[in-house]
Amino acid sequence: MRRARSHSEIILAGSGGQGLILSGIMLAEAAMLEGKNVVQTQSYGIASRGGLSLAEVIVDEEEIIFQQVRAPDCVLALSEEAAKKYESWAARGVPMLYDSTLVAPRQGGNFIGRDFTRKASDLGNAGSVNILALAAVAAYTGVVNIASLEKLIRKRFRGAALDLNLELLAAGSELAAA
Amino acid sequence: MTHATGMKYMKPGVLPHMWCAGCGIGGMMGALLRAFEELGYRNTDTVVVTGIGCTGKLDDYLLTNALHTTHGRALAYATGIKAFKPQLKVVVVMGDGDSVTIGGNHFIHAARRNIDLTAIVLNNLNYGMTGGQVSGTTPEWAVTSTTVHGNPEREFDICALAETAGANFVARSTPYLGWEMKEIMKQALEKRGFSLVEVVSPCPTHFGRNNDMKETAAMLRWLGGRALPIEDYRKLPQAERKQHFPVGTLVDRDEPDFNTRYDTIRARATGMNVR
Amino acid sequence: MKAVATLERETRLLQGNQAIAEGAIYAGARFYAGYPITPSSEIADECAKRMPELGGMYIQMEDEMASIAAVVGASLAGAKALTATSGPGFSLMQENLGLAVMGEVPCVVVDVQRSGPSTGLATKPAQSDIMQVRWGRHGDQSVIALCPATVRECFTLTVQAFNFAERFRVPVVLMPDEIVGHMRENVALPLPGEIEVVDRKAPAGPPASYLPFKPDEDGIAPLAAYGSEYVFHVTSSMHGTDGYSNNDPANAAWRVRQLHEKIERHRDEIVLTQSYYTEDMDVLIVTLGATTRAARTAALEARAQGIKAGVLQLQTVWPFADREIAALGKRARMVVVPEMNYSGQVAGEVLKALGPGADIRRVNKFNGTIITPQDILDAMLRPAGAQTQGNQP
Repeated sequence: MRRARSHSEIILAGSGGQGLILSGIMLAEAAMLEGKNVVQTQSYGIASRGGLSLAEVIVDEEEIIFQQVRAPDCVLALSEEAAKKYESWAARGVPMLYDSTLVAPRQGGNFIGRDFTRKASDLGNAGSVNILALAAVAAYTGVVNIASLEKLIRKRFRGAALDLNLELLAAGSELAAA
Repeated sequence: MTHATGMKYMKPGVLPHMWCAGCGIGGMMGALLRAFEELGYRNTDTVVVTGIGCTGKLDDYLLTNALHTTHGRALAYATGIKAFKPQLKVVVVMGDGDSVTIGGNHFIHAARRNIDLTAIVLNNLNYGMTGGQVSGTTPEWAVTSTTVHGNPEREFDICALAETAGANFVARSTPYLGWEMKEIMKQALEKRGFSLVEVVSPCPTHFGRNNDMKETAAMLRWLGGRALPIEDYRKLPQAERKQHFPVGTLVDRDEPDFNTRYDTIRARATGMNVR
Repeated sequence: MKAVATLERETRLLQGNQAIAEGAIYAGARFYAGYPITPSSEIADECAKRMPELGGMYIQMEDEMASIAAVVGASLAGAKALTATSGPGFSLMQENLGLAVMGEVPCVVVDVQRSGPSTGLATKPAQSDIMQVRWGRHGDQSVIALCPATVRECFTLTVQAFNFAERFRVPVVLMPDEIVGHMRENVALPLPGEIEVVDRKAPAGPPASYLPFKPDEDGIAPLAAYGSEYVFHVTSSMHGTDGYSNNDPANAAWRVRQLHEKIERHRDEIVLTQSYYTEDMDVLIVTLGATTRAARTAALEARAQGIKAGVLQLQTVWPFADREIAALGKRARMVVVPEMNYSGQVAGEVLKALGPGADIRRVNKFNGTIITPQDILDAMLRPAGAQTQGNQP
């Protein structure tokens, strides 16, 4: 795990409908639980499902002036289109966590492929890949503590949904460590 | 017993009005103001909303609250007034251009919402103020200044449109039937939900002149001859109906109006907020 | 009433559009009429939920013409009312917005700016409605327009928009760009009572002598509400102080002048700007909306390179901050104007404020992508006279 800096920038990219904007919101809220300032922006197309969709999250202990990511600490890519858009960044040293269930394998030190969607599917809900992948990003970068995400999940969900999301959280952290 | 004159709602010193001799708007206004008087309307809680064109000038003569709006949008303005303050009596006076041509979309949606407005549509079958051009209610056979070689379009049946769109009350009259027109307006004003009175009206200056009815009397006779009480109209064979239009109350129903329905929603929302 | 001191200030993650809805509610708005359009729809969603909970109303109209019409109608019935839209819908509202100007009807219109022309890039940002807001209606007239750069400003400037609308009997346009409308930030919203909330001036004299368009000494006429003891007329036609049609040329000249002057004479109160790092600057960046954030970052990075850059953010877009720009511009050897449009809608006004001869550097982007700090730095570093249009890919 990398050490959290006072300023972190994360890009969560994939297809419309994968829930990445919700992941961005949850990441921002988890950082707020840790007393940090956050900015979350998004870029999306006209379709509610499909097309490139991405959320950017900046976390800082100080005021965040420019709202857009300039030097990401990590890129999450949950679709081939997203991976293509950001793969040149990996060459410049930006680690890319990508979903090897959906994205063609990438070679190189900064590409980290994990079976996010398959794992989420095994746990009973491929549609919740956004939570699992978010956990992996958090575990990998240390942008927020897993404990903060857990606290947030316990606030947001009840019953079976809570159990599932806690499982996704644990699975995501494990995948990042693997 | 003294008869209602409606004069108490008229601004002193404004007569004679601006409309042409033989125009139906003055008669329509007289009937509306007498209806106000007979129903005991007060200036303070009455709002008359008008559009643009000859009919749109009507608010100039009134002492009630008034809002003179843009062309075709009177119903939308009135919707805002009534939706926010349901205790107001909101009367929308429009021409055939305002109501079903440029403003047709607002007309069908006001009727669909069944918002508690009274719409008086003075249908003089053409655009009077701009010089007698074709409108959405000009009969297909009629000559206007923009259909000198013939009219490629058919006319709207305003009442049928209001009925289909969901109005609670739909009626038609004509200045030829002055007293009845006032009585029908009273029913419409008293009705909760969207109510429409179409007043098929003479425009001797343009429509009449273009269609061999230059004299006021000729236009009025023509209207009088075409207007048939709905009961009689229904007895006509289909082929003869084209020569007439039915007058009287065409639709009278009691579906809940917009504000009543919104009150339910608001109660639910407030309840949710408390819990 | 709950004492302010006992209320806990809550920090929330809020989207700009949500903060606008919250600001409207804080300002006392209880009526929303609108028609959904990207990227403004979250304002409608929030108002649809909140307005009925507060005893107010959300009504979805059949189009944008009807939306602004219903807002004007509700305002005349006494409501603080708003609608929200984006460029295409704002174009449709223009005629009825003209009635709000002519009838001096307080209301707030939110135009979350997106890329055009026409349908354009529906989900992408722009700052290209600056002139549409100012001049979109026929006839010669003034409105007030405000533009937020942060989620917090979405809230505070919405409250301010209502305050200006109520105080000056004028429609106020809040014009965030899509970036700010959709951005989420942690904000601690002001508590009740923390920001002043202004209500329109009501008539006080005998109802029979009420003149709805007769200005008081401050240039603003009191406004009654339909249904009160004060009966009144409002018309889109030229009218006298009594609200009835009036064709007299002297009256028409007085009315048109009055509609402009009531804003001009209060312009110092209305023109809100925010300065950053301007004390010792010799390069000025004039900016608005989300571009402010790129400009501030560019100024800090320029300073790291030895260029003393400062930023003037136009929170009020109209009336234009010409005097403020002239005062700062005098001390600057160069003025950079970054904006997300092709034609330099702000830069043209800056040129008017500074006069010919000023070294004004335009940075324009019009492809739906944002202006970056680097785009602004590049403009500072290029030779005088060379114009570029940002890094258009």
